[in-house]
Amino acid sequence: MSPSNGGGAGFEYNQELGGRAIPRSRDGSRSPGWDDPVDLDKDPAAVPDPALIDVPPELRREFEEIIGRYPERHSAALPVLAAAQRHHGWCSPQAILQAASVMRVTPGYLTSVATFYDMFELAPSGRHQVYVCTNISCSLRGADELYAALEAAVDGDPDINVRHFECLGACDIAPMVSVDQVYYGPLQTSDAERLVADLRAEREPLPELALALRPNADAALEEDEAAK
Amino acid sequence: MSSLLLMRDIDEPGLADIAVYERRGGYKSLRKALAMTSDAVLAELDASGLRGRGGAGFPAGRKASFLPKGDMDKYLVCNADESEPGTFKDRELMQKSPHMLIEGIVIAAHAAGVNHAFIYIRGEYEEQAKILDLAIAQARANGYIGERILGSGVSLSLVLHRGAGAYICGEETGLLDSLEGKRGNPRLKPPFPAIEGLYGGPTLINNVETLATMPHIIEMGGAKYAKLGVSGSSGTKVVSVSGHVTRPGNYEIDLGIPSREIIYDLAGGPPAGRQVKLWFPGGSSAPVLTAEDLDVPYDFDSLAKAGSMLGSGAIIVVDDSTPVLDVALKLAKFYRHESCGKCTPCREGTNWTVRMLERIDGGEATPMDLDIMASVQDHIIGNCLCVLGDAMAMPIGSMIVKFRDEFEAHLQSRQLAGAI
Repeated sequence: MSPSNGGGAGFEYNQELGGRAIPRSRDGSRSPGWDDPVDLDKDPAAVPDPALIDVPPELRREFEEIIGRYPERHSAALPVLAAAQRHHGWCSPQAILQAASVMRVTPGYLTSVATFYDMFELAPSGRHQVYVCTNISCSLRGADELYAALEAAVDGDPDINVRHFECLGACDIAPMVSVDQVYYGPLQTSDAERLVADLRAEREPLPELALALRPNADAALEEDEAAK
Repeated sequence: MSSLLLMRDIDEPGLADIAVYERRGGYKSLRKALAMTSDAVLAELDASGLRGRGGAGFPAGRKASFLPKGDMDKYLVCNADESEPGTFKDRELMQKSPHMLIEGIVIAAHAAGVNHAFIYIRGEYEEQAKILDLAIAQARANGYIGERILGSGVSLSLVLHRGAGAYICGEETGLLDSLEGKRGNPRLKPPFPAIEGLYGGPTLINNVETLATMPHIIEMGGAKYAKLGVSGSSGTKVVSVSGHVTRPGNYEIDLGIPSREIIYDLAGGPPAGRQVKLWFPGGSSAPVLTAEDLDVPYDFDSLAKAGSMLGSGAIIVVDDSTPVLDVALKLAKFYRHESCGKCTPCREGTNWTVRMLERIDGGEATPMDLDIMASVQDHIIGNCLCVLGDAMAMPIGSMIVKFRDEFEAHLQSRQLAGAI
C-alpha cells in the first residue's frame, strides 16, 4: 500500500468548490491516513526565499513598516495578514506567501494564524463586508430578522458578503451592522433594501444611522425627561 | 444622582482632540503623577480601592504592585478587546475620550515601572482604532509619550495593536499569545503575566475603563475616590445596558445603587406591558438573575452574594416575550464558536450543550437530558486553562436551575407538536 500523501505531492486546491482553499490530499482526506507513515523524505517547511517571491513594492513597504513597530517580528502577524487581505481581497495562498517572505516565517505559520481569527477571509469574498451582529442583545431586538432581510436583499450578489458576527460591542444601537468596518444602527428590517442599494451605488450606506453621530445615552435620557 | 468622572465631558464636542482635552483639564493628573515617585502613585491606586473593570474585579493597585522591581524589560498591555456580549463601555470611552485612556496608560506605566505599552484593540473597532491612532500621534507630538516624558525620568513607547476577531483574545493570556503573533490560545497559569507575560517579561494587563479611571484617582486622591461607591466596591462604574429596555446605552453610576434604578430609572425598563423575566448583571458570562433580584445593590460583593457577578458591568435585560431556551441556545452557540479548542471540557462541553438544547427545541429530548446538561456544565467549571467554558456553564447552569419548569414545558409542547 502506498502512502496516500506520499511523493511530496502535498495538498491541492479544490477547484470544484469555486477555488476555495480547502487543502486535501490525494485520497480526498484532509490529513494523511491513520495508518499511513509520515513522509520522512519531504523537506521541512521552509521560509520562502525572498528573491523568488514577487511582492508589490507598496505592500512590502507596508509590511516592513508594521514589522518595525514591534520588538519581535512575529507580533506583526495579525496586522500584516490584515494588510495582505486589504491588498488581495482575501488571505489567498499568494497573499500568505508574500506576507511570509517579508516576515521571514513559513506560510504554514501564517495560515495557522489566519484560520484562527474570524476577520480573515479564507476564500475569495465580496468587496463589501457586511457583518450583522446576531448575538444576544441584538437578537432580542430583531437581528435575526434583519439578517434574513439582508440576505434576501443581497440575493447572492458575490460583491457583498453578509456574515453573522458575534457581539460587535454596539448593543446600544441594536440591531446593528458593521459595513466595511463602520458601525450603523439601530436598523429596521425595512432598511435592508436601502443599505444594499446604497452599497451597489457606491454611496455611504444609511449615513444618518452612523454610530459616530450618536450622543451618549445620558443625553438621550435628558431629552426624554425634557420632553415629559 | 451619581458622580460623573469618566463620562463627565463625554459629549463635549471635539474631546478626542488633544487641545480640547487639555482645556478640560486633561493631562494635569499626569503632570501630578510624574512629580510623585512610582511608589507614591501605587499607594494612591491602592488607597482608591479600585477593582479591575474588565471582568475579574481584582484590585488594580495590588495587581500593579506584583511586577518585580528592577531594570528588565517590563510591559503594560491595555486590554481593549472588549468582546463580552452586552458590553460596549470601552468602545464609547475610546471613541470619545481617547486621551483619558492614554493619560491613564502613562500613569499606570509610571506606577509599575514599565517602558513599553501596547493597546490591544479588537479588529472590529476600526473606527475607534483610527481615533486612537490620531490621539497617540498627538500625545507623542506634545511630549506625553516618548523619551523623558515632560522632562521627567519616565520613558514610554505606546503601540496600538489591532486584533482580528476572536473573543478568546480578551482572556489575558490568550491576548498575550495573540499579541506575540500566534493563535490566541490561553496559557497555563502560573506563571502569571505579572512574572512571565509578553515576550517572557513581567506584564501588567488592565482593562480600558480601569486605566481611564486612573487620571481621576490621581486628580482627586485615592482616599477621596474610595469614598465614592460602597465599601469593597469603591468608585463609579460605566454600566452598559442593553436588550429589552427602552433606552439602551452607557450609564455611569456610583457602585452600590439598587440594580432596579439602573434598569428602570436610567435605561427605561422593558417596553410597556412587559415584565423583566431575567437579566445578566455582568455580561453574558454572568449567572442570570430574575425579577426577584432587581433590588440587589449593583456592586461586586452584593452581586456575588446573590449568586452572580458584576463581570464587565454589562446588564442585558430579557423580558417575558422571549423563551429562555432561545437565550440559552444563542449563548451556547456563541461560546461553541469562540472556544479555542485547547481544553477538552470547553471544546466538547460547549458543543454538546448546543446539541442538547437543539434536541429540547426539536422535541427529541427526555427530561433526563436537563440533568445531563446540568452535569456537563458542572464538569466544565474549573477544569480548563481559562474561564471561557465557565462563561457558558455559569449562565446556562443558572438557567436550568431557575427556569427548569419552562424548559420542561417547552420540551413537552414540542413533543406534542411532533406527535400530531
